[in-house]
Amino acid sequence: MTTQTSPSGSDPVPNRIHARPVPRPGRLVAAVAVLVLAAMAANALITNENFRWDVVWLYLRDIVVIRGVMWTLVLTFGSMAIAVVLAVALAMMRRSDNPVMRSVSWAWIWFFRGTPIYTQLIFWGLLAVLYPRLSLGIPFGPEFFSFRTDEVLTAFWLALFGLAFNESAYLAEIVRAGLTSVDPGQTEAAKALGMKDGKIMRRVVLPQAMRVIVPPTGNETISMLKTTSLVVAVPLTFELTYATSAIGNRTFLPIPLLVIAALWYLLITSILMVGQHYLEQYYGRGFGTSTRRRGRGKGPAGGKQAAIAAAGTVQQDVNKDVTP
Amino acid sequence: MSAPTDAPAVPAGSTDMVSVRAVHKVFGHGHDAVHVLKGVDLDVPRGSVTVILGPSGSGKSTLLRCINELEEITGGSVVVGGDLMGYRKDDKGILHRLHPKAVARQRSRIGMVFQRFHLFPHMTAVENIMEAPVQVRGLTKKAARQRALELIERVGLSDRTDHYPAQLSGGQQQRVAIARALAMDPELMLFDEPTSALDPELVGEVLSVMQDLARSGMTMIVVTHEIGFAREVADHVVFMDDGVIVESGPPSRVLDDPREQRTKDFLAHVL
Repeated sequence: MTTQTSPSGSDPVPNRIHARPVPRPGRLVAAVAVLVLAAMAANALITNENFRWDVVWLYLRDIVVIRGVMWTLVLTFGSMAIAVVLAVALAMMRRSDNPVMRSVSWAWIWFFRGTPIYTQLIFWGLLAVLYPRLSLGIPFGPEFFSFRTDEVLTAFWLALFGLAFNESAYLAEIVRAGLTSVDPGQTEAAKALGMKDGKIMRRVVLPQAMRVIVPPTGNETISMLKTTSLVVAVPLTFELTYATSAIGNRTFLPIPLLVIAALWYLLITSILMVGQHYLEQYYGRGFGTSTRRRGRGKGPAGGKQAAIAAAGTVQQDVNKDVTP
Repeated sequence: MSAPTDAPAVPAGSTDMVSVRAVHKVFGHGHDAVHVLKGVDLDVPRGSVTVILGPSGSGKSTLLRCINELEEITGGSVVVGGDLMGYRKDDKGILHRLHPKAVARQRSRIGMVFQRFHLFPHMTAVENIMEAPVQVRGLTKKAARQRALELIERVGLSDRTDHYPAQLSGGQQQRVAIARALAMDPELMLFDEPTSALDPELVGEVLSVMQDLARSGMTMIVVTHEIGFAREVADHVVFMDDGVIVESGPPSRVLDDPREQRTKDFLAHVL
């Protein structure tokens, strides 16, 4: 301990211990070794002419690249938004008393999780070939209206819904896990107050489930950011990966353009991580920052109670304020 | 024992707040079936306090949960405030299950306090109390808040209004839970072992709030192991064992002069 403590008199601990720490030479050696390796890697990146950092800088802000970023963002957030709505519906269907609802939800998740996203996107791209006209009507009965598939469902919409349907299957399981994580006592308490099922879900269960749902959903969003590069299968050819590789092929400089794509993905991911942090904070309100414990255990938790007592937010003599 | 469909029509103006008749409750089916309540009859007069005692597994909590429809009864009938709980009886005497909305409406008139509080952890104390009046009764937030602040004062927690449940002690949480139940202006309050999850030094504050409530004329059914509370506050003590009511009467009779051997054995253990 090398830090200077205040002179005796103001220190509430008169016999403060100033012991020498355990010598750990291995730590220093490991840290130096890792730093040297990191410096070598940085050197290899910066000094290698083949990366053409001048080209990276030149095309980083190219209008085609920026437009690619925009399409990637639209596809990511658009498909995630649709997927979240679908996933909540699917998760509730899985918990429904109605066996038809349960089966449909199960089959949807089974299919979209069980086949590769790339294959799904190719099929969506072929929709107009498989069904040149789409119509709405009663099966084997009259039709209400119909339209040409390729006129209405453009590559963008097919890509958007293709990504969303696939993602909804994964998200549905995340939402289901979140709903299951909420103490059944919460539903009972809400029921006892006379709340109806829909209100209980919206006001009591979902807000608490969000605490469990948000972290993996952030993960899925970051994953989706990069999955959007697969929409070339539809084919949709505006997003970041396709745009940069097209420039790379045209200019015979594939490597710097790959670096550009990587840098943009990194930047967006970093921003998403910040957003996720704030979302987690919002849905974590009312729960201790470090503990994930729920009101399942009998009685107050020792650790949390101790922390609260230390924070001075709880009156020490708890019986003092009871009405006589 | 009367047939399960024999729901008694309680005359209007009856003094009984709760009338439980021949209630049976079976959990599960076939081999896994557990017969928890085996024909329970219980009358709770308006404005009275009934304490239910009994060993764990005797069906006390289940009986309480059957009264406010948290559990569907298997046989018999439960009438609260003149309303048959959970069913509608037509002219031919056939029972029809009520729509969940109607059941929710019936429940909204009965307050319940749980052993483990079950406060909503993502809402502050005052928000917990406001929740049902706003969401169920359609009160404005302003009016609900006004009322919530009165109730929180009544349970002695005016300085904890904006604390989250995790920032409150067990006793404080349970008092907020009582205020939350009272916010719906219930005709009947059910307490399911309200002090069993509390540290011993926190039990008193909750019991004293309950005592005040009893004094104000609230009809209460309390499942508890607090014999002292039963002796002091109860008008009526019921001893349950193995799914039936073994003995009941005024506290002085049941607690000090039990007739049944099972009651004597139980009291010998807890006293």
